Amino acid sequence: MLKLNNVEVIYDGVILVLRGISIEVEVGSITTVLGANGAGKSTTLKAISGQLKAERGEVTRGTVEFEGARIDHLQAHEAVQMGIVQVFEGRRVFEHLTGEENLIAGGHIVSTPVMKRNMELVYEYFPRLYERREVQAGYLSGGEQQMLAIGRALMSDPKLVMLDEPSLGLAPMIIEEIFGIITKLNEQEKTTFLVVEQNATLALNLAKYGYVMENGAIVLEGNAAALKENADIKEFYLGISSGEKKSFRDVKTYRRRKRWLG
Amino acid sequence: MEWQFFVELVTNGMLTGLMYALVAVGFVLIYKSTDAINFAQGEFCMIAAIVVAGAIKLYGFPVWVAIGTGLLFMLVFNWGLERVVLRPMIGRPVVAIIMATIGLALMFRGLGPLVFGAETRPIPLPIPDQPIIWGPFFMAPIDVLGAVISIGFMAVFGWFFMKSRKGVAMRAVADSHQVSMAMGINVERYFVLAWMLAGFVALLGGLVWGSAIGVDTQLAALGLKVFPVVILGGLDSIVGVIVGGIIVGVVEAISAGYIDPFVGGGTKDFTPYVLMILVLMVRPYGIFGKPIIERI
Ligand SMILES: Nc1ncnc2c1ncn2[C@@H]1O[C@H](COP(=O)(O)OP(=O)(O)OP(=O)(O)O)[C@@H](O)[C@H]1O
Ligand SMILES: [Mg+2]
Repeated sequence: MLKLNNVEVIYDGVILVLRGISIEVEVGSITTVLGANGAGKSTTLKAISGQLKAERGEVTRGTVEFEGARIDHLQAHEAVQMGIVQVFEGRRVFEHLTGEENLIAGGHIVSTPVMKRNMELVYEYFPRLYERREVQAGYLSGGEQQMLAIGRALMSDPKLVMLDEPSLGLAPMIIEEIFGIITKLNEQEKTTFLVVEQNATLALNLAKYGYVMENGAIVLEGNAAALKENADIKEFYLGISSGEKKSFRDVKTYRRRKRWLG
Repeated sequence: MEWQFFVELVTNGMLTGLMYALVAVGFVLIYKSTDAINFAQGEFCMIAAIVVAGAIKLYGFPVWVAIGTGLLFMLVFNWGLERVVLRPMIGRPVVAIIMATIGLALMFRGLGPLVFGAETRPIPLPIPDQPIIWGPFFMAPIDVLGAVISIGFMAVFGWFFMKSRKGVAMRAVADSHQVSMAMGINVERYFVLAWMLAGFVALLGGLVWGSAIGVDTQLAALGLKVFPVVILGGLDSIVGVIVGGIIVGVVEAISAGYIDPFVGGGTKDFTPYVLMILVLMVRPYGIFGKPIIERI
């Protein structure tokens, strides 16, 4: 369905952020991209959704293909027309619009009957959004905002939904609820998901296939089950093998040292 | 009779205020969709009125045809303005856009008389000359017409903005350009729509004010004149503009009626600004403005 081939992204004409990454997302799957802060995860999603231009970034090498068509130079609103929608890091709801108006805006490109049908569907999956539909989105809780951001993305009948760190800043219970709904949407509505996460345990339990990104390059990929067993992942992202949880800072210095020695 | 004088001041103040609101809503339109303040809105009214009055005087057009011409002109004019001047500025700091509109305003004010001549021309709308007397109320027909047009526009525009899908999209664009684009909303198209609407409402404002006080470059001063209205109401609220307009109109009328006789006149020109500053001290977003939502 989606294929990134050796994609290189440069911001401001000089800042090289993605150094030739290749990612593939299969129809109906949930795929994840893991990586620490600054690895280039969000940039990867923006390269797919046509959001780079707004930040003066550009795909300078490689190709992004969606259902066989080149999409690496589309505008953001054209990408939505093609069925790709991105849920931003940090939720980014329209704060001054009510929950329901956020959904209406999310269904901008579909006809009114389809929009209404999708809204019902969203309310079915996220009953909390129905209860809170008249509230200005800026006053919703973080969990409710994340639900709204995902629900809003579903309004345009997307084929591929990309979630940028959906667990960010949320309590474990809410995360579990939201990830449960994502799984359900994937199984029942056949929506394809590409999920960017820093929380590897969560992401690898959710996804079927995963990529690990570091410094703008893919350093590891494989089935989620296999990645969970991978020694490096255990060490650096799951914090298992050493017995104690390591912070990203530890991981980074360790990595650096390893490269230095290697 | 003392109370009759008061009632008359208040009614006329309200009518004038609604006419101010018609000019002020142009600011709100642009602010709501682009976050910028368009300092050329008064000049838009002036241009619209000059075109209509010029079409009548120079080409002998009937009033309705002249108004149609003015409408067409304003839509095309503002469409072009968005395309040529404002679109390339998308993404720049809002201050840059504001400065650009100030530049445009000064340019139009200078060019207006060069192109259309400096004389004051009328816009003879087909309404009676005699004041309407209705019980204690004593009103100029043009003021009544202006107020009715103003209320009508606000009602239609308010519905569009709050209830229609396009209105929701427009507010979404105002909330965040980037996120709107991610919803498939063609943000640039909504900018054009906002500017064309601003052109349309400038035509309405130019018509009523032009026929009330005559058409020349003085009309452009309306922009600054309604500034207290915009600030009082809050830059982004339609209800606010109506209420702000009425408050300013009434305050002006009352200071002209009660204070001017003692100080020899002129107070109505600054009392709205005094009020504006007082309100800003208490409510920095204006009476109806939306506060910046802060929650993490
Ligand atoms: N608009 C931009 N201009 C210049 N550099 C940028 C821009 N956006 C991101 N970068 C840089 O690109 C790198 C990758 O950023 P990106 O946001 O893609 O990382 P990320 O993996 O999503 O990180 P996080 O987990 O913190 O969200 C960072 O070093 C960042 O500073
Ligand atoms: Mg990110």
